[in-house]
Parts: sequence; structure tokens; C-alpha cells
Amino acid sequence: MHAAGSTFPQRVTIAIHDQRLQGALAHASGGFVHKRAAQVAALPEFEALRERARSVKEHVLDNLDAYLERYEEQVTRRGGHVHWASTAEDAQRIILGICREAGAKTVTKGKSMVSEEIGLNAALEAAGHEVIETDLGEYIIQLAKEPPSHIIVPAVHKTREQVADLFDEHHRPLGYTKHLTEVGEMVDEARQVLRQHYFRADVGITGGNFLIAETGSSIIVTNEGNGDLTQTLARVHIVTAGIERVVPTLGDAATFLRLLARSATGQEITSYVTLSTGPRRADDLDGPQEYHVVLVDNGRSKMLGGPFREMLRCIRCGACLNHCPVYSAIGGHAYGWVYPGPMGSVLTPLITGLSTAYDLPNACTLNGRCQTVCPVKIPLPGLLRELRRQQFESALTPGPIRFALKAWAALARRPRLYHLKMRVAIALLSRFGRRRGALSWLPLAGGWTGTRDLPAPQGRTFQQAWSARKGARP
Amino acid sequence: MRVGLFVTCLADLMRPSVAFAAVKLLEDAGCTVEVPAAQTCCGQPALNSGDSADARAIARQVIHSFEGFEAVVGPSGSCMGTLRHDYPALFADDPEWRARALDLSRRSHELLSFLVDVLKVERVDARYDGKVTYHDSCAGLREMGVREQPRKLLASVKDLELVEMSGTEECCGFGGTFCVKYPEISTKMVDDKIANIEASGAGTVLGGDLGCLLNIGGRIKRRGLPVRVIHTAELLAGMGGQPSIGEPEKS
Repeated sequence: MHAAGSTFPQRVTIAIHDQRLQGALAHASGGFVHKRAAQVAALPEFEALRERARSVKEHVLDNLDAYLERYEEQVTRRGGHVHWASTAEDAQRIILGICREAGAKTVTKGKSMVSEEIGLNAALEAAGHEVIETDLGEYIIQLAKEPPSHIIVPAVHKTREQVADLFDEHHRPLGYTKHLTEVGEMVDEARQVLRQHYFRADVGITGGNFLIAETGSSIIVTNEGNGDLTQTLARVHIVTAGIERVVPTLGDAATFLRLLARSATGQEITSYVTLSTGPRRADDLDGPQEYHVVLVDNGRSKMLGGPFREMLRCIRCGACLNHCPVYSAIGGHAYGWVYPGPMGSVLTPLITGLSTAYDLPNACTLNGRCQTVCPVKIPLPGLLRELRRQQFESALTPGPIRFALKAWAALARRPRLYHLKMRVAIALLSRFGRRRGALSWLPLAGGWTGTRDLPAPQGRTFQQAWSARKGARP
Repeated sequence: MRVGLFVTCLADLMRPSVAFAAVKLLEDAGCTVEVPAAQTCCGQPALNSGDSADARAIARQVIHSFEGFEAVVGPSGSCMGTLRHDYPALFADDPEWRARALDLSRRSHELLSFLVDVLKVERVDARYDGKVTYHDSCAGLREMGVREQPRKLLASVKDLELVEMSGTEECCGFGGTFCVKYPEISTKMVDDKIANIEASGAGTVLGGDLGCLLNIGGRIKRRGLPVRVIHTAELLAGMGGQPSIGEPEKS
């Protein structure tokens, strides 16, 4: 699903001037940061947990084929079916096939970023299925016909008033005529509307935060319990997950669960942590009759053997988004695809292409805050820089930037010439800026002087002044 | 101790007083300071734009120029982070240069952390009348562990009151070439930073990296706000009274 605005700079301009978005971002950004910090401060072993999680993920990546096969065996043993999807199209086709087989009219969905990645909703709707998102945030953006703007808080860009208007428009035909103003009332109303869908649903699709190799279970975490209703009330349950989501044991999953909620929302644990293991057994009171897992590759196995392998450790907590000053300035839609923020700036070019997502790795100050909060210690700035390197080597970096860089580097590599030329340039700049202390305009420097003055240089370069000082000394 | 000063290109060109302040602080702490003439820049513009060939060429030049010094010190967390962390990685496939890069890496320090952590400097002899706030530059903070050292030395400055702004560890939006490639985002970020500076009530903002300070100072100047912007080293060296960044020379 793609957002409005055709290029990144255009989307940035829209986002920066969108007062409602800026209000929503300002309102949201501080909360998660402070709550996470409080959780981290209260858990002395947090750093040790990060290191443990990192090493478990590395071990899994070293043995990914073995763990996936083990997982498949266990799912099959418990009566479930595992499907392997190499591409987004494969995944769509497999899921559409299961839905068709089940004669599905209504499909409910728990929150799943991988389903956004493979464009599932559009494919299901095109095939004539009624699709209902049951996570409140996803439900809101589904009504608004927008993509998510955050991987764990998909409607974070929406204000309360905007949600009230959406509910007015979409719930009135269902008999809900009261205009709501309080968050509690809105949640209640959405809950009532959604409840009917759970019972009508033929197929329930969820994501999978963790897939457990030893038991064949999948784990989802939610705060609304919507995932539980989605996966237990429908006749058919489909789990969609990236192949990197497998972990060896339930014990390992516990390590990640302790990190996930703390990093994501600053909770000790989410309200619901739900395991599902195969279809309903003979003596089970409820549960689906069929249980399918669609394991999505979509570029992941290609990442495994290269410089971006560490990105496969990502557990989709969103901490890097919450702590990213660029994300806070422009919100998620400006990134143009389903994964925003630092993790998205790495993943999007790898999945959609280095040139289509050219700006994402570049629109980063490399301030490094994302890396310090990542629960699995992904070196995000380093990966973004590696993407820039690949762009430069494949000549995707725009000509004027390459030219300026090469001209500067040619000079920087010749210290004697550099110092001579710089003396002259700096003396000139200094003379023009002396009276004001700064220059408000410079040719070819609009990127700087459009919004900032250039402070005037002091006059002589340090090297020049230093030689004079040395000369003056005995 | 014989120290090689890594001047940094921004101090060399835009604000030599920062490098002179570094020299004074190092000499006061008993160091002999030398300035190799064959240095220009640490190579970050190339490195961060993906041009590793030029980044490597510049790195070789720096590595070569600073061989033989017990310590290599610069008034910037960002440039010194490049020397310490990025040079060895640039030569991953070149054992000889990698060894030389690692040797430089071990000797490379950001100025204030070098003074406090290595030379055990406890206080400076300086005076600054007023309320200041300190911006934690990203690379200094996260790559070089610079956080307490400047605050410790600032506490010894007479008449100075340090007030912490909120979001002091948030990026100012400079980011090297980022600020000219994405000026709208950068300007939003620096305006957020300036809002925090103003809210702190400080009349002066300090920082350890000229990149950030030129960005913050340039925006403050454009908006005509009455906030002084100076490098922490200048203030600690007793040079806080000279014209601040963007301020005209006193006639």
C-alpha cells in the first residue's frame, strides 16, 4: 500500500506543513520514550537481556533452515499446514487459495505488518472477500483507507477528532448515531461493531510475533484481545509471518517477550500474549477447524548471506521509530511504504529496490539513537550507511552530489593545495560576513541558507594562524 | 605527553578559536601539542555519502600524519568517532592498513573526555557569567561516551550556572550533508532543539561539535534570537567572552 505524494521530498513537505499530523506526532512521541526509559531503569538485567536476545537471534540465523524445518514438522504433527511463500505474490496466492477453499465471505484480521508488506487486504478485497481489521488502530486506518504510519500504533497520526468523524461516517449506517468525543466511548463503539464480525468470520488472519520451533506454536501480543477473537472464532486460522520470526524454544520466546513490550510501548508485558498451536483438538471447547501458517520470504533469505543480515534480528517493536528525530518530524507516511523509521529505511530499499527508495537511507542524520534502544542491537546507522555505499557504487547517487563530493575529495586529498585554496575562500567569506557576523545568502548553498544563516568564519584558518604562532616562537 | 591535535575541518576553516582553546586546555594539562600540517578533514562527507574509495584515501592520509603521537585529540566527538570506529572498518580487507588504523583508533580521543578520563583533569581556570545549557552532540554522546566530562569541567567554571534543557540528547538536525539535502526536516529538528534551549532559560548554548553549533547558531541568527552559541572548549579555556557563533566582531 502506498501513501499520498509521489516523491519523498514531496511527502516530507506535506507532512511538515500538516498541522494536525504535527500535533498528533508531538502528542505521541514523548510518551513511549519516557515509558520505555522507566521500564529500562526498573529492570537491572535489561542490558543482559538485549545481549541474550541478540545472540539467540544470531544463533537462529546461523541455523535458520534447521529451525524452520523443525517448526514445520511440529505444526504438521499438530494437524496444521505450513505454506512457503517466496514472494509477496506467492503469499497472496496461497492465502487467497485457502480463503477460496474455505468458501470465505468474511475475513477478520489481527494486526500483521507482514500482511501489509504483501498487500494482502487489497488482494483479498479484489477477490471478493469482505476484510475487517480488528486491531483498533488498523480498523481506524482501514476506515480512512490509509496505510499504517507506525508499525505498532498504525493510526498514531490520527487525532481523536478525526477518529470521531470516521466513526460518524462509517457507524451511522449501522445504527450508531451519537457523535462521540471521549476515547473510552469510541473504543466501546468500535468493540461493539467489531464483535459481530468475529462471529461472522469464516477465516481469521493474524501475524506471528514469534514462531516456536520446539512446539510449532505461534505467539501474538495484543493489548485489545482482538487477536484472540480473530484466531479462535473463525473456522480457519491463517498465521502469516516472515521466515525470520522463528525462535528455538518457549524459553527463548520469554526472553523476547520481556524485551518486546518494554521496548515498544513501555509496558512490562502486553495485555494479551496468546499462543496458538494447531487446529482445535477433539476435546477442545473452541478453536479453528483448520490451521495454516504462511511463511513469507520476500527478500529475507537474500539478506541472510549479505551485509544486511543483522536486520533479520528485528522483532518489530517500533522503538527505533519512537526514538527517531526524523520520524518524529515527518511521521510514517512520508516514508512511502509500510515500514517507516530507521528499520523501514533499511528494509524498504532491500525489499522494494535501492533506487525506488533512494531517499530513505539518506534522510538520516546518523545520530545513532535508534541503535542504542534496539532490543536486539541492530546497528541501524551502519546498515543505512552500507545502503548509501551500494547506492554510490551503483551510480544511484545523483550527479550533482557525486560531482561536489569528488571535487571536495580531490582537494581534501591534497593538503598543501587544500590549505592554500581554503585560505583564500575563507578570507573572502569572512570579509563578506564580518559586519553581520553571518551570511544570509551564498551561491549554490540554498540547502543551508534557505532557512539558516551561515556564521561567518573568524578570518584566518587555524593552520594559517598556527604557522604564524609557530613562526613567532623561538 | 606528546599530543597530535586533530584540528577538524570546521574548526580550521570556520572557527580557529575552538582549536586554539583545545591547544590551551591540553597545554594547561601538561601536554606538548603538535599540529601535523598534512591534515584536512576526517573524511566523513565521503564516508557518509557512500564514497568509500575517497574515504579510505583520506583515512590513509590521517593515519599516516598522526603516527608516532601518544594521543590524537580533537575538539569534536563526531570526527574523533570516525577515527576511532570507522577507520578500522574501512580497511576490513587490508590487513596492513587495518593494523595501522587500529593503532590510531586506540590513540584517538575527543578533547574533553581525554582531559577528564585520561589526564584526570578535575577543574579549569575560567569564568563565565551566566546561565548556560549543554547540547549533547550525538556522535560524542553515543560513539565516544561524552556525557559527564563536559559537565564536570563546567561545574568548575566561576559564576557559571548550568541548566539542563529537555531533550538534550536529541539530534539538532545537522547530520553533515543531511542538513543541506533535506533542509525541511533539518530545520524542523533544529527548531525543536531551539525551543528546548529557549525553554531552559539559558542565555548560552554549548556543545562539543562545531557542526551542530553552526546549525543551531545559523538558525538562531536567522530567527534573530538572543541566545549565544559557543563551543564548550572555548568557554572552558576562558575564551567564552569572544563573539559567539554568528555574532559580529566587537568594534
